[in-house]
Amino acid sequence: MPSSKGVLRLLRAIWTPLVLAAILTAFVVAVAATGDGVLARTVTDALIRMVLVIGLYIFIGNSGVLAFGHIGFTLIGAYATAWFTLPPFKKSFALQLPGFLAERQYPMIPSAIAAGALAAAVALIVGVPIMRLGGIAASIATLAVLGMLYTFYTNWAAWTMGAATLPGIPIYVNMWVALAWVIVALIAAFAFQQSRSGLALRASREDEFAARAVGINIWTQRLVAFVLSAFFMGIGGVLQAHFLGSIAVKNFWLSLTFVSIAMLIVGGQRSLTGAVAGAALVSIIVEILRQFEVGVDLGGSLIQLPLGARELGIAIVMLLVLIFRPSGITGGREIPWPFAIRRPAGGQPLPDVGAPAASQPSPD
Amino acid sequence: MTNLIQVAIDALALGSLYALTALGIGLIFGVMRLINFAHGDFIMIGGYALIVPSTAATATLFIGAWPTPLLIGAVCAIVVLLALASERLAFRSVRAAAPSVLLITSFALSYFLENAVIMTYGGRAKAVNIWPQLMDPILLAGVRIPKLQIVTIVVTLVLLVLLVLFLRRTPLGVAMRAASEDFRMARLLGVRANLVIAVAFAISGFLAAAVSFLVVAQTGVLSFHMGVSLVLFAFVATVVGGMGSLAGAVLGGFAVGIVSVVFQVILPIDWRPNRDVWVYGMILLVLLLRPTGLVKVKSIEERA
Repeated sequence: MPSSKGVLRLLRAIWTPLVLAAILTAFVVAVAATGDGVLARTVTDALIRMVLVIGLYIFIGNSGVLAFGHIGFTLIGAYATAWFTLPPFKKSFALQLPGFLAERQYPMIPSAIAAGALAAAVALIVGVPIMRLGGIAASIATLAVLGMLYTFYTNWAAWTMGAATLPGIPIYVNMWVALAWVIVALIAAFAFQQSRSGLALRASREDEFAARAVGINIWTQRLVAFVLSAFFMGIGGVLQAHFLGSIAVKNFWLSLTFVSIAMLIVGGQRSLTGAVAGAALVSIIVEILRQFEVGVDLGGSLIQLPLGARELGIAIVMLLVLIFRPSGITGGREIPWPFAIRRPAGGQPLPDVGAPAASQPSPD
Repeated sequence: MTNLIQVAIDALALGSLYALTALGIGLIFGVMRLINFAHGDFIMIGGYALIVPSTAATATLFIGAWPTPLLIGAVCAIVVLLALASERLAFRSVRAAAPSVLLITSFALSYFLENAVIMTYGGRAKAVNIWPQLMDPILLAGVRIPKLQIVTIVVTLVLLVLLVLFLRRTPLGVAMRAASEDFRMARLLGVRANLVIAVAFAISGFLAAAVSFLVVAQTGVLSFHMGVSLVLFAFVATVVGGMGSLAGAVLGGFAVGIVSVVFQVILPIDWRPNRDVWVYGMILLVLLLRPTGLVKVKSIEERA
């Protein structure tokens, strides 16, 4: 039956994002069923982080270039959506914006997309020169971009209220909205990594010289990934803004950079599954530690950790993962297809492309 | 003219701090390809070692109240031990990993140290006052200059000379240079890897302690993120100077310091808050024009 074979083939092709989206959706449905508002907020926060980690993954995971500047795009997205969606009367006494922004309030979804597009546009401008660099020089250059954006936004009082918190942003992001964007990001990231451009970029990650030798233009492929990744970093900022209702420049600096990169590395930077697993695992650990900070009743005795235990916990988990599993908990693998793969007649099964060569069993 | 001397001294003093910090990062990068982001936290902990550990709002001097030679010795010992401990506990196990994994490990260590300090000392900045007499100005060619700036420049020069002597004249120093040139070859020729790396960390810790005295004496403030901006600029200084070259690290440190001070002077008043935008912009420009940095090192060229 060719049709059922076709369905199977399709299913196998989209297996990873499908399973990830299904697990996340089931989890969100379960949380919604408990009716626990505090838990729902925690989950929303974790899902927003997940959008950021998937955004980071699109560039770092596929290119193998460590970038420290992506939170700069989150900063751009968060402020852009505030410019679009704050009610005009609130804008009038907080900010000095040009007419088309000051006098109008734009609808939420187009604003979100425009804010992401603005982040992507900035990434395109800075990416054109920076993507020529590789390795540590590229990492430092992106860090310099974050430094520039951060300093500039801190002092750009007319548009950002400077170092002060910008309040009054309409709140519409809940668990479902965040979940929807996670799924969009999952689909985009997966479609990119399976695309011609994504495969070329992953080839350059494995061996830059071999990739060049087969005619891959690394600069172009990195730039495509950089811009796409910046879009989702921007969306992460949009979600953050409309979840908390207020934003401050100082929240988009090294601490957020560290936490989001930590999530990616803990999960395994080389696979989409790793990005999602890392964001989920670190969020769960943080939440458990937070519970302990508040105090947990264990058999009549109250166990309470001192303030700051949460951050120490993240750092320790991260160090342990790096020491014992330097390629992350997923080891860079995607969710495996659970059914036997039909072998070509008389031949060996095709090797799993996602798995690092070193982990494959030797033929003897 | 007097104004020019003032600016030059400012630039040299700031450049000295960046150069010392960059050198601490550069030494370790040389022997194990690790960019140690936690170096700033070594500096920070050197500062916090001066006071009694408590979350109280005001600081009580602890080591800071000791006589000066003892104070310097104790703080240096603490920071050197911290550097050695982080090598043994965190970095040794990931030594063989890719440079990016090493970098992330140092990121995690930095996050750990900062939050450990927040837990024991509290998150608020604290005022400490050591060596107030260093803030007295002295007259130099008709310009009033704080003694501290002169001390900073002199200390930096002395440490640089000592380091150069160590690297050129002692067997251990030669072994360390050999290890930065080609680590595997050096090991084959009998250089002991653990020893060389431990010594690099010890020297780096010592340099960090020197920077913490200078910074604390200058600002009089302790905060858990006091090392971050310093290490950020030193970090870019090592890259701008040329990764793996100690001369490059020093040069890059002074260059970043001088560029910062010059922009502070030449930018119009309204733009000065945005000075760092220009400094980062310059860094970007240098990287784009010379991705390998100002001083090119053959052995460091990245392998695919």
